[in-house]
Amino acid sequence: MNAQAYNFAYLDEQTKRMIRRAILKGLAIPGYQVPFASREMPMPYGWGTGGVQVTAACLVPEDKLKVIDQGADDTTNAVSIRKFFEKTAGVEVTEATGEASLIQTRHRIPEQDLSKDQILVYQVPIPEPLRFLEPRETETRKMHELEEYGLMHVKLYEDISRHGEISTSYAYPVKVEGRYIMDPSPIPKFDNPKLSDSSAIQLFGAGREQRIYALPPYTDVQSLDFEDYPFEVSKAPHDCDLCGAKDTYLDEVITDDAGSRMYVCSDTDFCSTRRQNGHVGRLGTPVSSEVA
Amino acid sequence: MTAAVAQIQTNSIEDAPLLKVQNLAKFYGSRVGCQNVSFDLFPGEVLGIVGESGSGKSTLLAALAGHHQPDRGTIHYRDQDILALQESERRRLSRTEWAFVHQNPRDGLRLGVSAGGNVGERLMSVGSRHYGNIRTQALDWLERVEISPDRIDDRPSSFSGGMQQRLQIARNLVTSPKLVFMDEPTGGLDVSVQARLLDLLRGLVRTLGLSVIIVTHDLAVVRLLADRLMVMKSGEVVEQGLTDQVLDDPQHGYTQLLVSSVLQV
Amino acid sequence: MIQIENLSKSFTLHNQGGAVIPVMCGATLTVEPGECVGLIGQSGAGKSTLMRMIYGNYLAAGGQIRIGNVGVVGATPRELIRLRRETLGYVSQFLRVVPRVPTVDVVADPLLQLGVSERQARCRAEELLKRLNIPERLWSLSPTTFSGGEQQRVNIARGFAHPYPALLLDEPTASLDAANRKVVLTLIEEAKSRGAAVLGIFHDQSARDQVCDRLVDVTAFAP
Repeated sequence: MNAQAYNFAYLDEQTKRMIRRAILKGLAIPGYQVPFASREMPMPYGWGTGGVQVTAACLVPEDKLKVIDQGADDTTNAVSIRKFFEKTAGVEVTEATGEASLIQTRHRIPEQDLSKDQILVYQVPIPEPLRFLEPRETETRKMHELEEYGLMHVKLYEDISRHGEISTSYAYPVKVEGRYIMDPSPIPKFDNPKLSDSSAIQLFGAGREQRIYALPPYTDVQSLDFEDYPFEVSKAPHDCDLCGAKDTYLDEVITDDAGSRMYVCSDTDFCSTRRQNGHVGRLGTPVSSEVA
Repeated sequence: MTAAVAQIQTNSIEDAPLLKVQNLAKFYGSRVGCQNVSFDLFPGEVLGIVGESGSGKSTLLAALAGHHQPDRGTIHYRDQDILALQESERRRLSRTEWAFVHQNPRDGLRLGVSAGGNVGERLMSVGSRHYGNIRTQALDWLERVEISPDRIDDRPSSFSGGMQQRLQIARNLVTSPKLVFMDEPTGGLDVSVQARLLDLLRGLVRTLGLSVIIVTHDLAVVRLLADRLMVMKSGEVVEQGLTDQVLDDPQHGYTQLLVSSVLQV
Repeated sequence: MIQIENLSKSFTLHNQGGAVIPVMCGATLTVEPGECVGLIGQSGAGKSTLMRMIYGNYLAAGGQIRIGNVGVVGATPRELIRLRRETLGYVSQFLRVVPRVPTVDVVADPLLQLGVSERQARCRAEELLKRLNIPERLWSLSPTTFSGGEQQRVNIARGFAHPYPALLLDEPTASLDAANRKVVLTLIEEAKSRGAAVLGIFHDQSARDQVCDRLVDVTAFAP
């Protein structure tokens, strides 16, 4: 591919302006889903076409880009999106959360606190949190307009009646600044508290559904719950087997046919940084010996 | 007993109408949906609207319930001009003080949500945020409409038609509405199930003091449920009065035809 | 209590060429509190029609009907409902009830409509059912499956549950055996002695002689 044949960051300037307008509107009305004219991208729907368009509209040549998929920098999806922007925008890329000025993510928020100079772009499959119970778009829009959000609690009610607790563990609905109900994308509910009062700008792009929404820095984001079934962060009752972290979101990895398993940080950068700093988990080895 | 009678005498006749409808009309292009409809509905009163298919009775009900905007006339609910209300206020009304029971329970229920969730939705939509309380009220209402409490977590798609209809009624009445619109509520049900539902409705109307507007083509249903009857033909009310008077001594030719067309059992 | 003046009635059959059939004119009668007046006249003379007009079931073509201080002719449905609930009782020849409702509730219904407590209303209903010899095992069943005589007695119990100041009785003793006939006549006597104005149709000569203070022949009101 001849990357020079494309405009900076693939999209033409008019399209980027259109997307930026949607982003600005989203920032002005936190949690509100702004329709935008989503473009065909050179990747299938479901691979982050919404996030990629938002990223493209935000990127400037000075940016340093990080792309993660379920917390990892090295999965196919993360690697190809990163390469895509390396080629089409020529921006620098990084795996270090702290160094990145723009992070595109699928299904996670980095463990490390973000700063005010950073933008976090989420890939969103289904932006409408009410969709599962109310299939009519005209009706869900009306419900947002009039703040008729009883239905959202019906979903949580169903969870409790069926499982004895709110079993929704990802894409856990939130209320933004006491106004709009928002789907935080399929991040684990472990990450929900990090949505609130974040120093970074958080942008959400849904390519197939043609919606952009946003959380400006320091926005209040509350996870929905019942008085007698309050929202609770959940995680596997383990420490990271590589770096020993006790308070991170863990992936479960099956290690052999006998059912042995290990738990590792889903945020690969966070985990490896800890290991480089000398932390060692149950199954981990010191970094220096690995290199050797 | 005499004390109770005396109390009723002091509080019933002077009270104001709950719903006041004046000169209501709805057109579909040049075709008349309904027109020149005026009536008052008082608290605790059951008004039946009868007429054959296409007589405008369902159009009237939909206009009254705010499902579509009438072209002429006024509707006042407790001195509020309903047609001048903001949509948000009207929708709030329709999930608190008003209720609508559809002919087909599938139109009035969420089939993918459990019976308890269906009943609880209206509570949650008016701000209930305590699961235990919501569930207690849902159980109470299931019992009132004679649905076994152990079905609370089942989806209505597994219910019989009669049970679905009773669930729809529970879902509607849980927020203690004052005014209930019913569109052929016994329509798709077989006769024995109908009887049970009629009995249930009568009991609820009395114990809760509901005002009801019920649209049906079944004269037997209105005879048992309605205090008052409006007969519609070609979009207009041709006769209204006390239910048994209209049925036993119909004045208008159309009503006479309607009454004499009922098959005797 | 019941005052009827110059009452007339005709039926217009719109679906039979608009034929107008006059059935009554100039009907005039009064029933005082504590009095029982019997309507006589051969079958079809208009006894039941007159009753139905008083009850507001048939619309009068002209004239006046007053029950206490309420005018029935031209009354709104609301006024009539209230009149029927509080003042004017009617025992018709037919029992019309919601299927499936237990007999005791059918009888208690008029009291419940008045806001009487469920316990009190049932208590009164059971007392009447007992007096009218409806076996207790039937109380929890719907009367729709009962025999004609049993249905008639349930109907009477219902009509006497609330002490209406005015009562209309359409053949209350028809199809009853001697014992139950006697109970019904006693109920009528009791109503009279508490001051109710009773207007009745009795085919049974001896029943008529026993409870009626006066008789009015409706053939005099034929058009």
